[in-house]
Amino acid sequence: MTKQAKQIHLAAHFPGVNNTTVWSDPKSGSHIEFSSFERFARTAERAKFDFLFLAEGLRLREQNGKIYDLDVVGRPDTFTVLAALAAVTDRLGLAGTINSTFNEPYEVARQFASLDHLSGGRAAWNVVTSWDAFTGENFRRGGYLPQEARYERARTFLRTAWELYDSWHGDEIIADKESGVFLIRGEAGRFEHRDAHFDISGQFNVPRSPQGRPVIFQAGDSEEGREFAASSADAIFSRHGTLAEGQVFYADVKGRLARYGRAPDQLLILPAATFVLGDTDAEAAELAGVVRRQQVSGQTAIAFLEQLWNRDLSGYDPDGPLPDVDPDLGEHTIARGRASVRMHRDPMAIAAQWRAKAEAEKLSIRDLIIEITARQTFVGSAATVAGAINELVQADASDGFILVPHITPGGLDEFADTVVPLLQERGVFRSEYEGSTLREHLGLDPLTTSSAF
Amino acid sequence: MTAPTHMHLAVALDGVGWHPAAWREPRARPAELYTGRYWTDVIAEAERGLLDFVTIEDGFSLQSSRTDRVAGRLDAVLIAARTAPLTRHIGLIPTVVVTHTEPFHVSKAIATLDYASNGRAGIRVRVSASPAEAALFGRRDFPRLNLADRDDPAVRHLVTTLFDEAADFVEVVRRLWDSWDDDAEIRDAATGRFVDREKLHYIDFSGDHFSVKGPSITPRPVQGQPVVSALGHAAVPYRLIAKGADIGYVTPRDSGQARQIVAEIRAARDAPDPVRVFGDLVVFLGPSEAAAAGRKARLDELAGAAYTSDATVFTGTPARLADLLTEWQRAGLSGFRLRPGAVPDDLEAITRELVPELQRRGAFRTAYEADTLRGLLGLRRPAGRYAHVGSN
Repeated sequence: MTKQAKQIHLAAHFPGVNNTTVWSDPKSGSHIEFSSFERFARTAERAKFDFLFLAEGLRLREQNGKIYDLDVVGRPDTFTVLAALAAVTDRLGLAGTINSTFNEPYEVARQFASLDHLSGGRAAWNVVTSWDAFTGENFRRGGYLPQEARYERARTFLRTAWELYDSWHGDEIIADKESGVFLIRGEAGRFEHRDAHFDISGQFNVPRSPQGRPVIFQAGDSEEGREFAASSADAIFSRHGTLAEGQVFYADVKGRLARYGRAPDQLLILPAATFVLGDTDAEAAELAGVVRRQQVSGQTAIAFLEQLWNRDLSGYDPDGPLPDVDPDLGEHTIARGRASVRMHRDPMAIAAQWRAKAEAEKLSIRDLIIEITARQTFVGSAATVAGAINELVQADASDGFILVPHITPGGLDEFADTVVPLLQERGVFRSEYEGSTLREHLGLDPLTTSSAF
Repeated sequence: MTAPTHMHLAVALDGVGWHPAAWREPRARPAELYTGRYWTDVIAEAERGLLDFVTIEDGFSLQSSRTDRVAGRLDAVLIAARTAPLTRHIGLIPTVVVTHTEPFHVSKAIATLDYASNGRAGIRVRVSASPAEAALFGRRDFPRLNLADRDDPAVRHLVTTLFDEAADFVEVVRRLWDSWDDDAEIRDAATGRFVDREKLHYIDFSGDHFSVKGPSITPRPVQGQPVVSALGHAAVPYRLIAKGADIGYVTPRDSGQARQIVAEIRAARDAPDPVRVFGDLVVFLGPSEAAAAGRKARLDELAGAAYTSDATVFTGTPARLADLLTEWQRAGLSGFRLRPGAVPDDLEAITRELVPELQRRGAFRTAYEADTLRGLLGLRRPAGRYAHVGSN
């Protein structure tokens, strides 16, 4: 008996504040006007995508003590844009990153419950933790959390939010004009929660929302992050988009679910993926090279190098060879407010690798940075890309992809028009929405209040 | 341009109306209160009446534990955002409790509402001294006081502290709106720069209650400064209105009191732009005095008590209400924020009867004359406070 083909899940990431997003192209529109978000969301919904995703950053990034000005700068408030998008879409899931460090559970739970009501059950929350005093300077509570306390706080934050959601069962409001009974239980919403992080009590003032609670995303890749996802998340925003890496990650995370009494299909693995399409594979490959050069200007290449070298390299020529000085191994001071910097665990070793690669392949600074940072996940004709996506999903490297276009707001159009129909023809992607909530799109079991604990 | 004799009109939306029994009216839609469609319908009706704006009540506490009252409400900023793309002209002013929220989040949320509505956003700031509301956050404790007793020194101290904090909150929100110059985005391919960082500004606010660094993550909103408003009943909130707001909602009992309050607020104003003082009234309207009174009496009976309010409660015909508003306008009020006793009945009486009555008298606009809320209120778009400073 042949295994039935898995259904692919697809989502659209609004182009973000990083150098994947190409702003210098004539087709690049506003990153802040609502019309861009509306256009992008309508395309995603036309293509029957599961959801749209919006990232968040709570302090403008800095390099060398100055605001980083080479990428798109500026973004809207996540909740507000998603609520406005609920007005111009009907089925598309609305997912956003919301930081659990610079917020309080009561307020965030209330905002997501409101979004879920106002969208008819389409809200999703990518739970992230932040830790740095740099971002904390924008908040009255300030902020610094040691690494080990971050997931602990995120976990209790989420559990607290769930208690708030489950304080309403969904049957309380009858609003019977005749008898004058609005609420069948005056104690609806009652909660009391005390732990090391939160000591709160009262009555939650948003009745149970269509999904019961927002769909929960998790994006961390660490051991704690994977365990957190296995215990609490509905989907993982992963970065393992290749076959081999993806399969290892997929098996690892899905394997953790049984310990929490969860079935493998109740946690979706959705890597982020970039793409470049062309009429032919050759044309797409050529175009991909052009896009990579747009993404990594000479200035951007130097900035990337500075993040590893941890020193000012503005005097170097991006079209020349790599610096002969070594990285500064002192406290990391050059770049603040970006996550990627933390990944350079052994700067000397990486610098040695980069130098060797540049010498062997005769690469300039800019060439090298293009090679190591900007390679797209899917490059080819629509047929090639559709085939590659399907192959990865059927081989259990993922359950689908969160696509990251490089142009705002039209960067999804070609994918919607050419790749999606091919996936639909193969019977591996929906031609119409079957459900109305995001949980339904993702194939997640409906929640009951008791199942949350 | 609004003629000098034109008054401004707004409605304050709270659930299905301000009367606790309003949800039992035949045309009320209480079970739909938690849907986008309900709020879109209500705000679209206000827009058909050419009103300047709607305010949306909010708070973190459950309204009451009584089973015969409406319970639960959605976040007001998100309600406003949900209706923004589906309306064109009307201003959207959600209530935000500033005592428990982050000015950084609130500033970018209202800026984003301004983008989603193309320049129609505002905010009504609300202070909360409620121990129960504080317990939902668990970050501060307030003493249990009778807040109505304004002579109690403990009440005075708490109220003054919270309003001072609210003033700092407004200052931070406003500085963050100005923290990007209008022309900060340059997209200069030659130098590879998306923004001119000389046009982004740290706000470096440091006060008794909190400090905020900036700049905002959101560029300067469409109106530059969305409209800030607050409700006040006494000297301390009047000072907040005078120093930090564009609109103050006040609750005079008669035109003499209206005159006094307007004078008090104007005297404390030191900003270059005028402050718009709106009179708040709860309204129960009907085709005759008797019909209006009968409706209110029926609602009172259902609620088991006569309705009382911090604001004047008007019961009568739209024509009589027009008389009263005209009289109070002469006392110096710029406009009125009407709180409909029941929605849709009193809302439609405002948009379909009061408004035409005022139009016949030449006292209200016959078409929207501006695209932004500041424009409707006759307020200019201010230059950013840091523009041309050039510091970073």
